[in-house]
Amino acid sequence: MARMMYREAVLSTIAEEMERDPNVVVLGEDVVGGNGTAGGPEAIGGIWSTSAGLYGKFGGDRVIDTPISESAIVGAAAGLALSGKRPVAELMFADFIGVSLDQIWNQIAKFRYMFGGKTKCPAVIRMAWGAGYNAAAQHSQAAHQILTGMPGLKVVMPSTPADVKGLLRTAIRDDDPVIFLEHKALYGVKGEVPDDKDFMIPFGHARLSRAGNDVTIVSTGLLLGFCEAVADKLAAEGIGCDVIDLRTTSPIDEEAILDSVEVTGRLVVVDEAPPRCSLANDICAMVAEKAFASLKAPPLGVNPPHTPVPFARELETAYLPSIPKIEAAVRKVLSYR
Amino acid sequence: MQLSREELLRAYRQMKVIREFEERLHIDIQTGEIAGFTHLYCGQEAVAVGVCEHLSTEDKIVSTHRGHGHCLAKGCDVNGMMAEIWGSRDGLCKGKGGSMHIADVDKGMLGANGIVGAGAPIAVGAGIAAKIDAKGHVAIAFSGDGACNQGTTFEAMNMAVVTKAACIFVFENNHYSEHTGFEYAVGTQKDIASRAEAFGMKVWRGDGTDFFSVFETMREVLDYVRVPGNGPAAVEFDTERFFGHFEGDPQRYRGPGELDRIRETRDCIKKFRASVTGAGLLTDADIDAVDADVMEAIETAVAKAKAAPRPTPEDVLEDVYISY
Repeated sequence: MARMMYREAVLSTIAEEMERDPNVVVLGEDVVGGNGTAGGPEAIGGIWSTSAGLYGKFGGDRVIDTPISESAIVGAAAGLALSGKRPVAELMFADFIGVSLDQIWNQIAKFRYMFGGKTKCPAVIRMAWGAGYNAAAQHSQAAHQILTGMPGLKVVMPSTPADVKGLLRTAIRDDDPVIFLEHKALYGVKGEVPDDKDFMIPFGHARLSRAGNDVTIVSTGLLLGFCEAVADKLAAEGIGCDVIDLRTTSPIDEEAILDSVEVTGRLVVVDEAPPRCSLANDICAMVAEKAFASLKAPPLGVNPPHTPVPFARELETAYLPSIPKIEAAVRKVLSYR
Repeated sequence: MQLSREELLRAYRQMKVIREFEERLHIDIQTGEIAGFTHLYCGQEAVAVGVCEHLSTEDKIVSTHRGHGHCLAKGCDVNGMMAEIWGSRDGLCKGKGGSMHIADVDKGMLGANGIVGAGAPIAVGAGIAAKIDAKGHVAIAFSGDGACNQGTTFEAMNMAVVTKAACIFVFENNHYSEHTGFEYAVGTQKDIASRAEAFGMKVWRGDGTDFFSVFETMREVLDYVRVPGNGPAAVEFDTERFFGHFEGDPQRYRGPGELDRIRETRDCIKKFRASVTGAGLLTDADIDAVDADVMEAIETAVAKAKAAPRPTPEDVLEDVYISY
C-alpha cells in the first residue's frame, strides 16, 4: 500500500496504464500546458495536476494538448477510440459537458448500440465536478444526474484515492465509453492505495463504508464523507447505519441497496445534484418499487435546492447538503411513526 | 494519370451502385414499406467514389446524414446496407441504426451521422490516430455546405491543424443546407475552401459532378496528407443533389426546370459515360453490361432485405452494456 492524494491516484493510474498499453493516449486543454509560451511545454501538467510529467515521459503524440474546444476534444476521443486507441480525455470541469454534449450523448454513448453491437468505443472522459470551492454556478455543478440517464455510458464517481485507482484502471481497460467524475474538493484527500498495477474495481459494485442495522445511507463523492461522519456520531448513540458508497451510478449496484434496506427498512440517499430527476429520486423510486414491503419509513433524499450553485461562502454552505442536514434526515426516517 | 480499364469499370460500377440503390429506395419509400427518415445522396456519387477509390480499409471515413454513398463507396456490403435501411435483423447494424446511423468500422467506415457537423471532430481523432501510427493512413471527414456552418466543424479544423492530424475535410457543396440556399447560409465569401484555408490548411477545389476531377484532385490531396508531418488539408467539391433534403421533401425551393437541368447537364454518371466512350476507353456495351449487373444486384439486395428476419422485441435490450 502507498499513501497518496486522490489527484495523485488519478495521475499514477494514467501513467501506469500508458506504460502498460501504448494505445492509451491523453488529450485535453492544458494537459501539457505551456505549449506556445515562453515557459514551454509542461508549464502546467493539467490544472488539477493530474497529467503532470506525462508529456515528458510519453511525448507529444500520446499526451496531446488541445485548444479550448470541448466538442472537438470528445469528438477526437471518439475517433481515436474507433481507430484502436484508448483515449483518456479531460474536460477540466464537468460543467463543460454543455459545450460537448452532442459528442457525449449522440456519439460515444450510442455507437455500440446504434451500430448493431459491433463497435467498441473505449474512451474515458474525465472531468472535475462538485461544489465546495466557491467556484459558483458554472464551475461547481454535478453532472451525474444528466449523464446517468444516457444509455450506453458508464458513469463513475470515486470517493477515495483507492477507488480512483481501482475504478480508473477499470475505466481505461473498458471497451465502453466511461465518464469519470472526480470531485474537485477531494483532490487533496489522502488515503491508502494498493500498489498492485492490476488492481481494479469492477463497475456496479458498491462499497459498504459503515455497517449498521437501523438505516441505509447511500451516497458517493464528497458527501460520502459527510455520511460517514453522521454514521459515526449516531453509532455512539447506538444507532447503526449502513453507509453505501455507490462508486458507479451506471451501472448501479441495486442489489447492495436492496439487501441493506431489507434489513434496515429505512433509506436516506444523499446526492449533490438538485432534487428533480436526481440520483436520490431514482434510488428512492427503485427501492419503493422493489422493496416496498421492507420499508418502515418513506425513503428520503437529501439534495441541494433546485437552484444554480451560488457563489458566496455563506450561500454555498447553505446550498450543499451538510452533516447536520444529513443527520436530520436520518433522524427523520428513524422517527417515522 | 490514366486509369486502367478495370479501374474505370470499377469506379463506374461503384457510382452506378449508389445511384440505383437510391433510385430504388426513392420508390420503395413512397410505398411506405421503409420506415423513418431517409436522405438521398443521388447526384453526388462522383465525390464519394472519387475519394474512396484512393482509400484502403486502414483509411477511415466519417460520413453524414446523407451517407449511403459514402458507405457504399467505402466498401459496405450492398445487401447489408439495403437490409439495414429496411430495418431487418440482417442489416449491417441489425436494424438498430437505419439510414442515418450506418457504420462498418472494420471497413474503415466510422459512421454516418444524424447530427450535422458531428462527424468532423470524430475524423480528427481518427486522423490523430493515423498520425500516431505513422503508416501513411488518413481520415476523411465528409461534410456538406450545411455542416460547414457548425461550430464543431470550425473546432475540428482548428484542432486538426494544431495537432497535425492526418485528416482531410471533404466539403461537398450541393448548394442546399436542408431547404436553405448556400448563397444565404454561408455568410462570407461564398467559398467553403477559403474558410479551411483561413484555419491554416492547404486547400483544393474540384468539380464534384466529374469523377475525374474528384479523383485527380484527391490524388494530390492524399499525396500531401499521407506524408507524415504535413497535417490536414481540405477540399471543396461543387456538386448537385438530385432529390430533396429528405424523402418526401416537396422541394419548393428549387427554381423552374432546375432539377431537369442538373439531371441533364450535371449528372456525374452521364458525364463519366460520355467521357470514357468519347475517349475510346470503354464502349457503350461495356457500360451497359455494368448497368445490367448493378440492376440485378440491387434487385437481389431488395429481395433479400424483404425476406430477411425481422428483429424481435428482445433485440431492443441487446448491444448495450446494461439495459432495463
